[in-house]
Amino acid sequence: MSLPENLKKFRQKFFGNSVSAFGWTSLILLILLAIAPAKNFFSDWLRYQRGYERLISRRSDAVTLRRHFESGIQQIWLPELGVVDRCTTCHSAMKEATLADVSLQPYRPHPPIPHKLEEFGCVLCHRGQGTATSVEDAHKSTLAWEEPILPAKYLESSCGQCHQRDLQGTPQLNLGRKMLRAYGCVHCHTIKQPDGSVITATDDPPSLTHIADKTSREWVFAWLKDPQAYSTTATMPNFKLSDDDARDISAFLISSSTPASLKLVQSSLDTAKKIKDDATLQTKASSLYGESFCASCHAVQNAAGNLVGGNIGPELTKVGSKVRPEWLQAWVRNPHDYDPATGMPHYRFNDEQVGELTGFLLAKSDADLLANLHLDAATPEQIAHGKRLVNDYGCASCHEINGVKRPENFAPELTKIGSKPVNQLAFAPGVDHNLYSYIGAKIKQPRAFGASLKMPQYTFTPSQVDALTSALLSHNERALTIPAAKTVPALPPSHYEPAGKAGQLIADLNCFSCHAINGRGGDMAPDLTWEGSSVQRDWLLQFFRDPNTLRPALIRRMPKFNLTDAEIATLTDYILTVYQSPKVDRDSMPLTGYPPGQVELGKQLYYSKYGCQSCHIIDTKQDKGYIGPTLTHVGSRLTAAWVYNWMKDPAALRPGTQEPKRNMSDDDARALTAFLMSQRGNEKQEAKR
Amino acid sequence: MTRILLIALLPAIVLSACSGHSTAASPEPAAYGAAIVESSGGKQITEVGTPLPQPVVVQVNDDQGAAVTGALVQLTGPNGIYLDPASGLTDPSGQFTSNISLGVTPGRYQIVATTKTKSGKNVDLKLEEIALGYQEVLGSQLNDQYCARCHNQESSPERVSNYDNLEVKPHPFTEGDTLNKMTDADLTAIISHGGPALNKSPLMAPYGYTLSKSEIQSLIAYIRMVSDPPYGAPGIVYAQK
Repeated sequence: MSLPENLKKFRQKFFGNSVSAFGWTSLILLILLAIAPAKNFFSDWLRYQRGYERLISRRSDAVTLRRHFESGIQQIWLPELGVVDRCTTCHSAMKEATLADVSLQPYRPHPPIPHKLEEFGCVLCHRGQGTATSVEDAHKSTLAWEEPILPAKYLESSCGQCHQRDLQGTPQLNLGRKMLRAYGCVHCHTIKQPDGSVITATDDPPSLTHIADKTSREWVFAWLKDPQAYSTTATMPNFKLSDDDARDISAFLISSSTPASLKLVQSSLDTAKKIKDDATLQTKASSLYGESFCASCHAVQNAAGNLVGGNIGPELTKVGSKVRPEWLQAWVRNPHDYDPATGMPHYRFNDEQVGELTGFLLAKSDADLLANLHLDAATPEQIAHGKRLVNDYGCASCHEINGVKRPENFAPELTKIGSKPVNQLAFAPGVDHNLYSYIGAKIKQPRAFGASLKMPQYTFTPSQVDALTSALLSHNERALTIPAAKTVPALPPSHYEPAGKAGQLIADLNCFSCHAINGRGGDMAPDLTWEGSSVQRDWLLQFFRDPNTLRPALIRRMPKFNLTDAEIATLTDYILTVYQSPKVDRDSMPLTGYPPGQVELGKQLYYSKYGCQSCHIIDTKQDKGYIGPTLTHVGSRLTAAWVYNWMKDPAALRPGTQEPKRNMSDDDARALTAFLMSQRGNEKQEAKR
Repeated sequence: MTRILLIALLPAIVLSACSGHSTAASPEPAAYGAAIVESSGGKQITEVGTPLPQPVVVQVNDDQGAAVTGALVQLTGPNGIYLDPASGLTDPSGQFTSNISLGVTPGRYQIVATTKTKSGKNVDLKLEEIALGYQEVLGSQLNDQYCARCHNQESSPERVSNYDNLEVKPHPFTEGDTLNKMTDADLTAIISHGGPALNKSPLMAPYGYTLSKSEIQSLIAYIRMVSDPPYGAPGIVYAQK
């Protein structure tokens, strides 16, 4: 049978007369009309809503839960944030705290967070497609939907879109942001914050203008080939240079170096050479290294292979294989002569001490480091090629180099990296096709994306890679368009400079390397912004002469700088006059002369009501508290006004202090102040008599 | 003809697609042990969705207690957990090491390590890891800042414990036997108003004027999460696909 014949038969059978034609047409129409509601009926969201109703019907608070529940497509629309979210259509229990035990998605309530769902929506933090109403479309990158849900481990990046300051709840983001500054990422990549300011680096790569004075071409070669072979903690990344390229770059750097004006004292150099070759003399010199608290900033590998010491300055395990003796003695004498911007303090060592320390450090060498390394004299071609390479690799983005200008925008700007469309990314083989995997892989192994790429290889741990990825994801289009009223802008960097003679001393001693004052400086040592309200003059003078730690559980880190009495007086007077809190008038309460009754009451309060002995020591025989400073001499260290205000609200004077506020009455605070001010060490005994 | 070919190909395609999802075939065991024990890596705490700080290491021993090399160890865990690798043979020291990332749901994740004995019987070892959600992470930071110096007995070079210096010993937060008996209201009271609020030692200072209400809640969420034995309801998480 032919087709037209078939069709004819079919038409005859179903549409032969008007009644059956009407009947069949209606049926077809009905089926067609049913498609839309049926599609709806079998949709993901309706299935989940029915599941939710079943779930809550079994709960004891079913009535309340059902009253909260709204069926149908739900939507959160926040025009000013650009948020249209339908997530709550399926995630029905977002705000039901009583369902906290439910682990079945999509019915888990949201864990408590400081923000309201209806003010921020969902995709602002979780990404994904807010407007989608099927599981696949909402969570994955499918078809035209680009944005997958952000994995939990990068979630903190979303906080960073609005919060440009460190947050307590986002340790990973804080670390990532710190690393962007500290590992020199921002030397090459420009990153603008939403307020328009550019993120600045906190590391300070050394200037190479006088490099030939400091070290040998062989060391430069070895360092360029593998910085971590010299020091495992080196932050300089590995550029994976060929032997020829490293040879030419080292040739150029040494040839471009100009002499620095370094002070050479022959007697220091002689002492150094003597000590370098004599193990017994080194032991003696090591005590000067210890007394000077070099280890507060510099680490050295011990016999067990563990690094001991701080990480503010470079590791010194193999420093003897690196530096020239003439340079080292000048550096120990006054580092500012070689590098005016260094963070290392100017210790006032005499020539003998300079020699001792130099010799001690020169002995810290590794014979293997430069063994079998012979570089022939550089040819002009090699030097020219080296200069080209220095330009190609952007060395001058970080280091000051004679004859090479710092390149502008050497690497791609990363201001919007967190929202870069996936279709603009070139993925390396084996990398999942989404933005966060791309960023992570790029940080982990940049050269996997192409051997000719210039980005160097860093030695990050997986959690450091995640932290950096989070920090970069927070720099996106959305962060730039969120209304300013909804954001917490970054703290502007402090450019505080102390004035006058004391200012010069503070710069010379580089106090800011460890202490912060008025928002500028490091966090290794106490903030000194209000030190002048806090301490007594005699104590501060004595502290500068012989600094010691106040807390039994802390190792002392403050070095003795061998200051003259005049210098100490200048610093002390400046601190006491300038670093005063407007909240504490240091002269408002007397240091001594409190009535014995009040002192006795304070003692009772100290030991029974407030249990201060759990953290502090006053009676060295029975108290054992290890957390706060020892208070045996507190009456000759602190001002009474400071102690009183501290009793009232410690965190107001030192934000973040462990000591809790006790909501103390004025009388209690005064009695405790009286008791504490009576603790004057040896004088205490006399007072008792 | 094409139709027949298609029908023949279809099961093959389906099969290959399915096998792509299942885990790679386990290697053949070269030896069999009698017991499986934990070497390290149990009871770790991490944030949801992040790798555990240390890998999990288990050891297979024979009936004499000597390490067995080449025994097959298989790890299983709730959905959402990522085991790298999920199975393998023990190394020359009888150990099997796996790097583990926990899922996105806060809670306790039970991991079962299984090995077969010579007779084909399975022996199990259960390990538990804890994933902290946002609230518990916040709590753990407050713990580090304000509580751990006294409530954690362990000292590190950066943080010397004050536990031994106290006349009345504080309860470590893992001490579930005691802390699980206290209600959230009890804990809130003792954190806010100090030990005397519950007739306990005044050496426990009040933190109600230092911490906000939500911070205290976070701290309690953290305390509940790390307690051993586990606290009440939430129990083990079985995250849904």
